[in-house]
Amino acid sequence: MSTQSTIYLDYASTTPVDPRVASKMMEFLTPEGEFGNPASRSHRFGWKADEAVEQARSHVANLVNCDPREIVWTSGATEADNLAIKGVARFYKSKGNHIITSKIEHKAVLDPCRQLEREGFDVTYLDPDEKGVISPSAVKSAIKDTTVLVSIMHINNELGTVNDIEEIGNITRDNGSFFHVDAAQSTGKVDIDLEKINVDLMSFSAHKTYGPKGIGALYVRRKPRVRLEALIHGGGHERGMRSGTLATHQIVGMGEAFRIANKEMNQDCNKISKFHEKFLDKVKEIDHVYINGDLDNKVPNILNISFNFVEGESLIMGLKDIAVSSGSACTSASLEPSYVLRALGRKDELAHSSIRFSFGRFTSDDDVNNTLDILANVVYRLRELSPLWEMHLDGIDLDTVEWNAH
Amino acid sequence: MAYSKKVVEKFENTLNNPEAFKVGRFDPKDSDVGTGMVGAPACGDVMKLQIKCEPKGNTHVIKDVKFKTYGCGSAIASSSELVEMLIGKTLEEAKSIKNIEIAKALELPPIKIHCSVLAEDSIKQAIEDYETKQ
Repeated sequence: MSTQSTIYLDYASTTPVDPRVASKMMEFLTPEGEFGNPASRSHRFGWKADEAVEQARSHVANLVNCDPREIVWTSGATEADNLAIKGVARFYKSKGNHIITSKIEHKAVLDPCRQLEREGFDVTYLDPDEKGVISPSAVKSAIKDTTVLVSIMHINNELGTVNDIEEIGNITRDNGSFFHVDAAQSTGKVDIDLEKINVDLMSFSAHKTYGPKGIGALYVRRKPRVRLEALIHGGGHERGMRSGTLATHQIVGMGEAFRIANKEMNQDCNKISKFHEKFLDKVKEIDHVYINGDLDNKVPNILNISFNFVEGESLIMGLKDIAVSSGSACTSASLEPSYVLRALGRKDELAHSSIRFSFGRFTSDDDVNNTLDILANVVYRLRELSPLWEMHLDGIDLDTVEWNAH
Repeated sequence: MAYSKKVVEKFENTLNNPEAFKVGRFDPKDSDVGTGMVGAPACGDVMKLQIKCEPKGNTHVIKDVKFKTYGCGSAIASSSELVEMLIGKTLEEAKSIKNIEIAKALELPPIKIHCSVLAEDSIKQAIEDYETKQ
């Protein structure tokens, strides 16, 4: 089945692998290539693979300005989050049992925190403000002597809002608590300088930045030193923090993707900012449209919009030639609308009506223009079908209606 | 979520050709019109179904139907499917329509069965409204 006619606007979910990255990865698979085990110390196959892995480690470190020895390869950001949160909490549990995170974190952070609660840790889940930002002052008022770890995401994956990790890092450092940041959505979108900010652990993903799926990394600070209990044992790879034969081609792919991101970040961002601006201008011409998140404090590649009186999943179905995500209940197995949008205090119906558009390196002007045309048309048609829209036009305040809820 | 072909077809046809698929409204105050509305915006679906009936023998027959639905693709397809089943039926026949018939016709997955339940409830309510007017 060809998907070529479908416009892809779901880059925050995953990105295609940049062809330059894919061709680099190909060099590390076949008999003609460097297929060796990087842990093999006794022959050139191993040495060559090890060299490639270390070069990739440098590329990742360069993008975020840290020492390559502070980068630990993992299977992705989910594993990096798990390793950071469970690893640090368990290692330092004699120092305290309190953890702070937020209600708008990715499940890869929330679920490990839930697991730690089952192990006896006490977790505080901070509320965001109505724009989806976790304020440093909220962290400051929640932090205690017993707080071992604070885990706050850099950029929210549904809204694109940016948290002030520099300020939060100052608070955690003053308190002697470790600070973990999920930066899966950040690489190639905003500058990160780990030498300047007090972040102790940071999770990265390759496939959100034009690298392959199945590879990520955890930054683990050396000075002041952060220690953690490994989740996977066997062989002592990655200085004992993550055992398992290194996936050379995946690692090389991540390295190359991050090298390109470093070089082309400005170029990508300029292009995407123009799309964002155009999209906003056009969408605002549709009545009763709400932008979720903080327009003054977000990345331009993610745009989360609620189209009132239209249900998000039907909108996605109507936009059949456009690949986007919805905060609507129906797209998830749980039938619950997006917990992120609910955490903002949005009415459930607006959460049900939300769509996330996310742009990327391979988005074209045509993609954006065609999407805007189709979008206006489908919203119009679905509203013609919507009893809520009809009631709204009749001047009925929907908040005063007594619904026969199921 | 992957949809059955039938849901997608029904949804798209309804969206692209609303009049032919009975999207619209009757005046709810008319004595030959019964209106049913079920669901809630906060739950993600609201169905409004209206029937226009006429007496026939010692019963009443559904002459025409109009509907509007806010909800997921399956909810919209379910209402559209129900509407098709209703025209020409007596009220007794319409009352006996079960959600499972709609679910089967559209091959709804278990997680979407509630859409067909909503459709069943909307016709029951519309008939009740009509009957109280007679």
